Amino acid sequence: MKAFAALFSSIDQTTKTSAKTAALAEYFKTAPDPDKLWTIALFSGRRPRRAVTTTQLREWAAERAGLPLWLVEECYPIVGDLAETLALLLPPPTQQEDRSLTFWINHLREMSRAEPEARKTALLSAWDRLGTTERFLFNKLITGGFRIGISQKLMTRALAQATGQDEAVLAHKLMGAWTPDDTSFHALIEADDPAADDSRPYPFCLAHALDTPPDALGATEAWQAEWKWDGIRGQMILRGGALHLWSRGEDLMTDRFPELARALDFLPQGCVLDGEVVAWDGTQPMPFNALQARLGRKTVPKKLLREAPVILLAYDLLEAGGTDLRALPLQDRRARLEALLQALPPDAPVRASPCLGFDSWAALADIRTRARDTRAEGLMLKRRDSPYLAGRRKGDWWKWKLDPLSVDAVMIYAQQGHGRRANLFTDFTFAVWSGNDLVPFAKAYSGLTDAEFDEITRWVRKNTLQRFGPVRHVRPEHVFEIAFEGIHASPRHKSGIALRFPRMARWRRDKPVQEANSLDDLRALLAEHG
Amino acid sequence: MAGPVLTFTDRGIYCPAADVHIDPWRPVPRALITHGHADHARPGHGAYLATHAALPVIRHRLGDISAEGLAYGERRVIGGATVSFHPAGHLPGAAQIRVEVAGEVWVVSGDYKLEEDGLSDPFEPQRCHSFITECTFGLPVFRWAPQATVAADLNAWWAANAAQGRVTILGAYSLGKAQRLLRMLDPGIGPILTHGAVEATNAVLRAQGLDLPDTRPVTPDTRPRDSAGALVLAPPAALGTAWARRFGPSATGFASGWMRLRGVRRRRSADRGFVLSDHADWDGLHRAIRETGAENIYATHGYTDIFARWLNEAGYNARVVPTEFGGDEAEDSATAPADTGDAT
Repeated sequence: MKAFAALFSSIDQTTKTSAKTAALAEYFKTAPDPDKLWTIALFSGRRPRRAVTTTQLREWAAERAGLPLWLVEECYPIVGDLAETLALLLPPPTQQEDRSLTFWINHLREMSRAEPEARKTALLSAWDRLGTTERFLFNKLITGGFRIGISQKLMTRALAQATGQDEAVLAHKLMGAWTPDDTSFHALIEADDPAADDSRPYPFCLAHALDTPPDALGATEAWQAEWKWDGIRGQMILRGGALHLWSRGEDLMTDRFPELARALDFLPQGCVLDGEVVAWDGTQPMPFNALQARLGRKTVPKKLLREAPVILLAYDLLEAGGTDLRALPLQDRRARLEALLQALPPDAPVRASPCLGFDSWAALADIRTRARDTRAEGLMLKRRDSPYLAGRRKGDWWKWKLDPLSVDAVMIYAQQGHGRRANLFTDFTFAVWSGNDLVPFAKAYSGLTDAEFDEITRWVRKNTLQRFGPVRHVRPEHVFEIAFEGIHASPRHKSGIALRFPRMARWRRDKPVQEANSLDDLRALLAEHG
Repeated sequence: MAGPVLTFTDRGIYCPAADVHIDPWRPVPRALITHGHADHARPGHGAYLATHAALPVIRHRLGDISAEGLAYGERRVIGGATVSFHPAGHLPGAAQIRVEVAGEVWVVSGDYKLEEDGLSDPFEPQRCHSFITECTFGLPVFRWAPQATVAADLNAWWAANAAQGRVTILGAYSLGKAQRLLRMLDPGIGPILTHGAVEATNAVLRAQGLDLPDTRPVTPDTRPRDSAGALVLAPPAALGTAWARRFGPSATGFASGWMRLRGVRRRRSADRGFVLSDHADWDGLHRAIRETGAENIYATHGYTDIFARWLNEAGYNARVVPTEFGGDEAEDSATAPADTGDAT
């Protein structure tokens, strides 16, 4: 565990991605195979079954530290992480021994099978044998959410550096439902996997935001316009009899969208499509929150598959018949894409994202204003004669998004953030007027500068009216412009309204509280855009 | 019956018998000052009384003031009160202020720490009836390792950076923490460079006889080649600025009690955080309170609500100094206090 703790410390002590990757790669070169395998498992979201509840953790830690439970509870929001809070509270260990990461994980797994009293004894014994950092990591293994600044992607890159294998090949090997119990480091990583090569994606072509009117782009004939969908960018690869789906962040997400595998029945092999994964109601995309329910899940319950089935709205063809088409002009790729997809039945999980006809920029601007009706967030403009380039090159691909919706709202609750933002008030609840009452309708966490967060944190400390655990009811004094991408009715919310991606666009120091928007204003927006 | 020895007013702590304020934050005719940090020694008072050792820095910072010094332990009768200053261990010259009226003794802790740092006069507990204590780090998650342990980590890090051809830039408040660090650093590793703000304070403290290692002020002409293997000591605000980039490849560190918390450590975006504070930790606060023998404890500066509740459960008569009086922007507990530096 000392080596793993040292790895954690060197990752935690740097803000540079290259240094983190190097530290992890070094670990992958030197650690014993079982520890390597567990490290891969942990950083790809796999963890041992929870051995004790967090309530038990708190109670046993309080007891061991000789502190009342309430004091432990008070420390938690200030530290911002339960595993860390307990590691800091506990008395120093009386013995230190250097056991491997795998040893402690097995210790945890035995604990989960033990009787409650034996479980407690095993936990206290572990705490008493681990230094502060090791103890923190041990607690993290229990509480889960092993987020310590290492994404699966970064871990994969480090593994590529350590083994000399291609990153995309490794990403493919790490897919699927393996656990450290049913494989080994050799079988998972070192052994050859022919399917892995087939899964390799092309680098995505990315668009720049268009922040001026498109007139400057020249003649309209040179441009193709499409809806900009509010989904997840995806590259669908059909090779070697299998289907692979990559996200724009180049994460392999095939397993998350199993219904797309049916594309194998409709499309030929040696074919790569670029498009947008959206939840589909049969005729148009569903609001993003339907797709949201599908994200962050490794396995998809049947109910969700039924309620929010996804399709790929394809807008580019990068490979056909096993040949790379990226150097062809867009208009040629588009023609071949349409030829490929036109014969597909309506229930196929792939459809062509339509091109929009327009004969002047003014006409296109008019189409753009109707984007929300189509559940799009704006338009894409692509130069017809452009090749498919890697990365974000300026000039050929533009996104012309709608301006966000916004309302002016009053901050009424504040809560401290977690992790990097622990100790700062960063999580706020906002309200609008309903008669003389302020009705909460949205939470927002982002959009302010660090200096503004510092300032509002000082203000919150001095203007707290009431505390509910970590939440502070503050004097209704500050107005913020809340920007958001969509609005829909929601019976679960007190206001009856839910927003998509609300954030603080501006601190309206110029606005008195009385001039904030009202619930009626929100309802009007809902009627117009919901 | 006479009123309390000390009261809490909108200008700060007030002694009616002596008609003086202690560390007031708005201008008053007569102020007793515990130490020179900006949130304790403010401009605009009619007359200042502090320790001899604290005065040079206070004068340096506030300019032309009417001020008088007392030795530690020297008693001064002011009106119906006897006041004296006692070492707080926070930084050179820092004091607790003891006020006695008709046999009743109150002590205002100012900022304090119990560990001897080899630079400040060590903390001396004062028996009293009522103790007004800071509790910046009044939570059980705050516990400090011995200074020697931190010094070893710090020097090992500096040496490793030097070996990799990187300059070490260490952020620390220019009064107190910077000088404490200077005494902890091993000058054998490389040259020590200082930012102007740190060097100005060094000069004042050297002039009053403090023994600090040799330092080289950074000037506009300082180039990366002048700083090979060096450690640069600078105020936190200088980290990440153009000023800091002049040294070429560097590793940045930050020394503060807040570095005990990973979230705060990460927010500072420094490569390393060293847990080093000029305030008492959880155990230190308890030992200090116990050694005063006081029954009445007033908590100020920090996690006052939580700390007072805990003390009450432990059998003390503890109260929170009302926030609208005790609250103080520069030291408001957890708001990146390192930027003002006083509460580190």
